[in-house]
Amino acid sequence: MTLWLMAGLLFTPLAWAVLTLLTDFARGRLVTWGGILVQVLVSLGLWLTVARDGGFYYGLGGWDAPLGIELRVDGLAVTFVLLTAVVASACGWHAGIYIDPDKPWHRYFWPLFWFLWSGLNAVWLGDDLFNLYVGLELISLSAVGLVALGGKASALRASLRYLLAALLGSLAYLLGVALMYGQFGTLSIAGIASWLTEHPVPAGSGLALALMIAGLALKTALFPLHQWLPPAHGIAKSPVSALLSALVVKASFYIAARLWLELGEPLGNLVSAQLVGLLGSAAVVWGSWLACRQLQLKQVVAYSSVAQIGYLFLLFPLTYSVSESVSLQAQQGITLQVISHALAKAAMFLAAGNLILSVGSSRVDALAGVSRFLPFSLFSFGLAGVSLMSLPPSGGFAAKWLLLQASLESGQWWWVLVLLVGGLLSAAYVFRIFRASFLESPESDQFYHPARSLEVIPMILALLALGLGLVSEQVLSVMALPFEVEGSP
Amino acid sequence: MTAPLLYALVGAMLCGIGLFGLLRLSHLLRKLLAFNIMGSGVFLVMVGLPQHQGGQDPVPQALVLTGIVVAIAATALAIVLIRRYYHLSGMTSLEGETTSREGGPE
Repeated sequence: MTLWLMAGLLFTPLAWAVLTLLTDFARGRLVTWGGILVQVLVSLGLWLTVARDGGFYYGLGGWDAPLGIELRVDGLAVTFVLLTAVVASACGWHAGIYIDPDKPWHRYFWPLFWFLWSGLNAVWLGDDLFNLYVGLELISLSAVGLVALGGKASALRASLRYLLAALLGSLAYLLGVALMYGQFGTLSIAGIASWLTEHPVPAGSGLALALMIAGLALKTALFPLHQWLPPAHGIAKSPVSALLSALVVKASFYIAARLWLELGEPLGNLVSAQLVGLLGSAAVVWGSWLACRQLQLKQVVAYSSVAQIGYLFLLFPLTYSVSESVSLQAQQGITLQVISHALAKAAMFLAAGNLILSVGSSRVDALAGVSRFLPFSLFSFGLAGVSLMSLPPSGGFAAKWLLLQASLESGQWWWVLVLLVGGLLSAAYVFRIFRASFLESPESDQFYHPARSLEVIPMILALLALGLGLVSEQVLSVMALPFEVEGSP
Repeated sequence: MTAPLLYALVGAMLCGIGLFGLLRLSHLLRKLLAFNIMGSGVFLVMVGLPQHQGGQDPVPQALVLTGIVVAIAATALAIVLIRRYYHLSGMTSLEGETTSREGGPE
């Protein structure tokens, strides 16, 4: 059973990527929708298996750790696999209707989409520093290709900027991997962690961790390394922006978080943990402020991503030299933030795409009057905004509540200010869009009506983000499942 | 100075040169070459450093082979994008409109 699930999970995306290379856009769409069905069923099956039996290590093809690729299938990984399945199928469904099938280069959308998906699964399940690098590169290269599908010079400029930033980040990470391997002689994160519990920490091995985390922070667009993100996410097609903001930046953050949680205690120090937290806070404030000042609708959403990513980096100070319970609270808060931001931001980008399609311009002030013509998409946008503003009962609220408690209990009250200011500023940029759309403008009553299914998809995602707050207990309980250590390296 | 350490230091130097080029040069092809130099530096560190048990360690060599494949894929993608960008805009750098308009196609 597990064999089939794992094979389905890892093999389908690659097989579908090759299959869709052979077809045009319209046939690729049919093939893809079949593949999405398989992928969702497999992800759900794996999630249920882990929720019932607990996590396990899985040696791919029967080859074990030093030679083969070993995967770590735990509660957190399968939760993210399922999240990817939900968000990517929504984006794939939306893209099939949204993207114009007549432009010849759009046929490359499906292969890139599937390569991206396989890279994401590889990162969630990977346990070995080098395979994580390969997964990351697969994600970056397909994401850059997806951005470049816009076809215009501005899209190419954004994708080149994105590519250079991503490559620099990967090389910094790889240099860290090289130093780690030179020092510890193993590539498994768990192996390095257990080596460190038995030996004294060698001098200078913090440098390798710092290099890796700096590279990953560049790929996650942590302030002040965020300049590549808004042009790339703003100019890509809406389903692509949704995929990039919801999932791609989370992959590099996930690796950074796993490294920090396993190796941060021996290799890190208090100053660097607080520094990362400070950069995250700066991202929250600066990103939200810039989001309030953008003239283009999708730039507002893209800068909002910069801000929401900032919250994630509060993980570093809130888990360094604090008690077990505070650290657990912070980890749960961050996980909920990742999930709720992924759902809410995908919903927001898809809804923004519908609004832009409807008014025929990407400017915020062109939205005037759209509230009467496209109330449904605007409502989805607002519901997603509720989660970003972290009002109850949304997933964003549950996440920030846990972070708030973790900050207070560890005595780091200054992060509470960041959470409050960030919430207020996000309310400001969401209401700015609403204000623009409720204005009545006398000259424009030419609106294009997008297909009904285009409007339904963001609504589903926004409702999921909103409902996450109600089921957060159950979601968190699967992530905290005991991990079966037998057969571990 | 031992041989592994020498390899690692040369690798680190190549990384530094590549990083400088990637950040300071404006022509996109030069940036790409700088990326490749930086990549070679990383590979040198990766192969050179873990030789401390006397013999050679096969694992990093396998890793570097994979790394080279990834670097070639990234370089190919970058060249395609740069070429297309040049055809559409006549520019060879990402900075403002004023720089490098040397004889782009009409």
